[in-house]
Amino acid sequence: MSELLTQPFLISLLFGAVTAGVPLLLAGLGEQISEKAGVLNIGIEGMMLFGAYTGFVAAYYSGSFWMGFLAGGLGGMLVASVVVLLCIRQGLNQIVIGIALTIGAEGLTALLHFFQFSKTYPRLDKAPVLEIPGLASIPVIGPALFSHNIVVYLAVGLVVFLGWLFRASYVGLNLEAAGAKPAALDAAGISVVATRSMAVLSTGFLAGLGGAYLANVGAGLFVPFMTHGAGFIGIVLAMLARGRPVWVLLGAILFGVSLAMTTALQVAGVNVPTDVVQMLPFAMVMLVLVIFARHSVLPPALGLPYVRGDR
Amino acid sequence: MKMDSLPSPLQSGEMIDTQTMSTAISTGAGGNPAPVAAVRHIGKRFPGVVANDDISLDFNAGEIHVLLGENGAGKSTLIGILAGMQQPDAGDILIDGAKVRLGSPRESLDHGIGTVFQHVLLVPSLTVIENLMLGGSWWQKLARSAALARFRELSDLLGVTLDADALVGKLSLGEQQQVEIMRALWRGEKILILDEPTSMLTPQGVKDLGEVMRRLRSKGVALILITHKLAEAYELGDRISVLRLGRSVGAIAPDERRVMTEQQVTDRVIAMMFGAATPTDAAAAELLVGRAEGRRARREVDRSGAPRLRVTQIATAADRGACPLHDVTFDLWPGEVLGVAGIDGNGQKHLAEALAGQRKITSGTVCLDGADITAAAVPVRRQAGIRYVTDERLGEGTVGAFSVATNLLLKEIGSAPFWRRGMTDWTRIHDHAREKIQDHDIRTPSEKTPIGKLSGGNIQKVLLARELANDAGVVIFNKPTYGLDLQNTRLAHERIVESAGHGLGTIVISTDLDELLEVSDRIGVMYQGRLVGIVENGPEVELAIGKLMTGQVSS
Amino acid sequence: MSIDALPLTQDRTRELLAAIARVAVPILLALAVGGAILLILGKNPLTYYGYVVQRGLLSWGGFQETMTRMAPLLLIAAGLIVAFRAGIWNLGGDGQYLLAAVVTAALAPALIETLPRGLTLLICMIASVAVAAAWSLIPALLKARYGINEIITSLMMSFLGTSFANVLVKLFFRDPATTVPQTRSLEVVDRLPRIFGTNVHSGILIALAVVILVHLMMTRTAFGLRLQIVGANPAAAVHAGLKVGWLTVATFALSAGLIGLAGSVEILGVWGTVRADWNPAYGLLVVPLVFLARFNGIAVIGFALFFSVLMIGGESASRRIGVPQDFVLMLVGLLLVFLALVEYLDHLRRKRAGV
Repeated sequence: MSELLTQPFLISLLFGAVTAGVPLLLAGLGEQISEKAGVLNIGIEGMMLFGAYTGFVAAYYSGSFWMGFLAGGLGGMLVASVVVLLCIRQGLNQIVIGIALTIGAEGLTALLHFFQFSKTYPRLDKAPVLEIPGLASIPVIGPALFSHNIVVYLAVGLVVFLGWLFRASYVGLNLEAAGAKPAALDAAGISVVATRSMAVLSTGFLAGLGGAYLANVGAGLFVPFMTHGAGFIGIVLAMLARGRPVWVLLGAILFGVSLAMTTALQVAGVNVPTDVVQMLPFAMVMLVLVIFARHSVLPPALGLPYVRGDR
Repeated sequence: MKMDSLPSPLQSGEMIDTQTMSTAISTGAGGNPAPVAAVRHIGKRFPGVVANDDISLDFNAGEIHVLLGENGAGKSTLIGILAGMQQPDAGDILIDGAKVRLGSPRESLDHGIGTVFQHVLLVPSLTVIENLMLGGSWWQKLARSAALARFRELSDLLGVTLDADALVGKLSLGEQQQVEIMRALWRGEKILILDEPTSMLTPQGVKDLGEVMRRLRSKGVALILITHKLAEAYELGDRISVLRLGRSVGAIAPDERRVMTEQQVTDRVIAMMFGAATPTDAAAAELLVGRAEGRRARREVDRSGAPRLRVTQIATAADRGACPLHDVTFDLWPGEVLGVAGIDGNGQKHLAEALAGQRKITSGTVCLDGADITAAAVPVRRQAGIRYVTDERLGEGTVGAFSVATNLLLKEIGSAPFWRRGMTDWTRIHDHAREKIQDHDIRTPSEKTPIGKLSGGNIQKVLLARELANDAGVVIFNKPTYGLDLQNTRLAHERIVESAGHGLGTIVISTDLDELLEVSDRIGVMYQGRLVGIVENGPEVELAIGKLMTGQVSS
Repeated sequence: MSIDALPLTQDRTRELLAAIARVAVPILLALAVGGAILLILGKNPLTYYGYVVQRGLLSWGGFQETMTRMAPLLLIAAGLIVAFRAGIWNLGGDGQYLLAAVVTAALAPALIETLPRGLTLLICMIASVAVAAAWSLIPALLKARYGINEIITSLMMSFLGTSFANVLVKLFFRDPATTVPQTRSLEVVDRLPRIFGTNVHSGILIALAVVILVHLMMTRTAFGLRLQIVGANPAAAVHAGLKVGWLTVATFALSAGLIGLAGSVEILGVWGTVRADWNPAYGLLVVPLVFLARFNGIAVIGFALFFSVLMIGGESASRRIGVPQDFVLMLVGLLLVFLALVEYLDHLRRKRAGV
């Protein structure tokens, strides 16, 4: 065990955990917003994947990571707008549309990628890194936690911001009401449809941004189907976090560590088949769900379309 | 000018027009200026129903205007229109004499119309003050201190004391209603609509609400009270309008009302509601009035033999906020009707479910004719004669998308002669259904019609046909007349009394005390999961029951 | 004129037309939008669709492949019908399918050395069904016991199962004789018998029989009715005294078992072995198919044929026309969206007509 805990191993593990955890964090926070408002956003996997694709393409052609992140967020929002139009405004089944969007985004991105790049997978340059002055020079911790792309710090900042937003703003109150008792929100003169639409579009943006980070920073390239369930893990994170962003952060770190294990172990010279390691996050999810089964809490009106006058 | 100095909890700079208050103050009770609000020739159709037909009404400041009518008379639709929830197909709404369009709840609120709906519309996971602040636009800063100021102001106006930071889910229904009234008045105290506000309250709660309403009237608020209870209308109303089948069929103006006795008001209203009183309608009218004469002639229940059902110290586990049972004990004799009173949510649901076998009993015993059935599941108990007519007819009593025929056998699936070796005999099932439809006068296009398409009264008939079939021994009715019209209510009461006459042990759970007084031999009261007392039905028991309902245990 | 005023026959015809439109319109819309995307990408959609039909349906070789592909599609569809009718979203099909396939691929070559062919095939199928059913147990119990949403749990178990199947192939059942990691192969003569000298294996017959049996179970038995009550109104199921927890677990096991049977039949009929990283990903693909058929076990046969043609034709087209197979995946996604949309519009139409 002691030879495992060398500096390169630890740095690689922690750095990898952050890199792998950030897309999950963004997806989880996004899903949390939707779930709070009473929308079960199964299509988040599709939003993430589409964001990964648009984010990569934008960064590839413009050469700007900023353009990439923006395009990723907008791509996710585009997919989310389908949910808004069909599920929020018309009340279509959120699960059916969610599955359809996930399948559709998988097919479409793979198709588009094929027509652009045939079977090649061009790489982006290494993403710019913001080293936090002072903190970045701490041994192990510095290179592992404080020299990342700026999106990482923004994502952590978002945790704090959402925590405040949910607790102490009209947005928070309205979201809570839209999920817990939509009729009450309606009676108070706020449109449930508008509130939920905003929530879903925000989810789309965050999921798309997460996807773009995954492609542009995490991998440096786009591969079809590359999200591989990250969006769904985001749903689990949101489910277990009981409306508290900080729990999404903790969960994302946990899953990030288990995802980062492969590379870290390879750095340490231990060779484990990737398949075993790929099982880790999902096994972790199931384990967590089994242990905390009775603690997961979802809003009462989750997944139900709001129709004024229905009870 | 109190309103002007208010540091706007009204958010967004959409100031309440100060006129609201000045009009209200200048008019006061008894004045007779132009109405604060009025509806003219309102019409509203739903597929197959005319809900409102040419309704014209005035609402004055400092006046309580009662809208009276039975279920389906169009009261709720009219309220929905005033609250901005629904749009009328025809007619105008006037506020201070000017035509307005109430396209959404927000527009309605902006015109100073506040509504307290029949069902609580508060977010249980938010606090009182958060619920009151609900409705601000997202770009604004949460104005908590301003909201607290307004909260205190309204607390004074209503004369109530509430903790602003209490979670709404933890408040009593009466307190929740006070929060709802505050919210309705939050953006201006011009018009307050109360839709059947007393149905969930204790007798004391009803009294308190009356106080609040009178207080608001004296401050110049125009109040609209919707009810189907005549006594309430008489007690609180300055002006009484009667709706029937979507039309406004008559009104008693304040000057008339002031010089009439209760009996006169009652007779006038009944005449309006039913026109020429046919015998059927006379019975229905009695029901409406809830007069003592309506109670059935009491029979002596023979309690010398062994009880049919013996419930000893049963308890259930808490589940999703519903109140569990503690230490419930009672006996039920053949031919007896035991009423169970109590405010909704005091364990009645658990009691019904525990007796029916669909909820686990964690301690205590239930014996039927001496045999212990505490651990028996629903099918076993059904076989033994225990039947449960649920209040959630479409929620759990039936499967809306399935045929009437299937629903009639919902609790017999797999049993002979309709199923053999697990194979379904649809011919037999449909034959059986046709028979039941005829016997119970169920109005349905066919036995294959999805039950969800039937009216509430007919669904109830299907449930009664199913539960009273074969050898019923003990029948539990949970809110048997909830949502039914007078005709079907009367029918249901007759069925209950009739089946008790055949020697069945009957338990009737209801929040409507009048109903229990009519059908029961004894009345027990549920309070916080306990059966806090059982009294013999008779004159003057209301007071004792009322005390028990609020937990004041009498000896 | 309201619907009521129409003569009955005309009314019937109208309803029938509406029923056809509910299916045809989403398919046509999906094909049209898909075609537009092809056009944008510089491919002629008519050439593509024409080729798909020609290859998947009209050529003898392609038709045989189409028939062969129908077997797993039908079995998975049967599994999904059971689950969806009971209101359970079993989205873990991929994991269940692959694990069952690996179990069959591991058992078959070993058993055939000592047992006769018929018995070997039977044992493989039973074992696969059991393993797939077991894989559904955790989501089933979590739902039955704590009401945890099975969509998420079954998906998680699916990802877990997909990777686990790979681990099994690479670490435990790997055929040392091959360079690419795969299990030992079942000889062609030992696989499921072909039908009348064609290349179509008898798995399609098993699938047809199973899907019809499932249909009969749903419509003609007490068990089927109980499942549907749980699906349509769980509270009513509790009220009627049904053992909802047990039914949930049974439904999940049956659904997963049928999907497992699909995996087993595919190995026994077509491949004889499982290669590492093989994942046809039918699990979500079949969802729209089942919705198109409105959970009807007979109607599903026709739609399985349609999907099968699309897939076989599409696979061939990816080689010949240069439109990757992913196009079919996107088409299926579009189909599901349009299906939901048309369903919704039809619902509005009915409501307006007051039916």
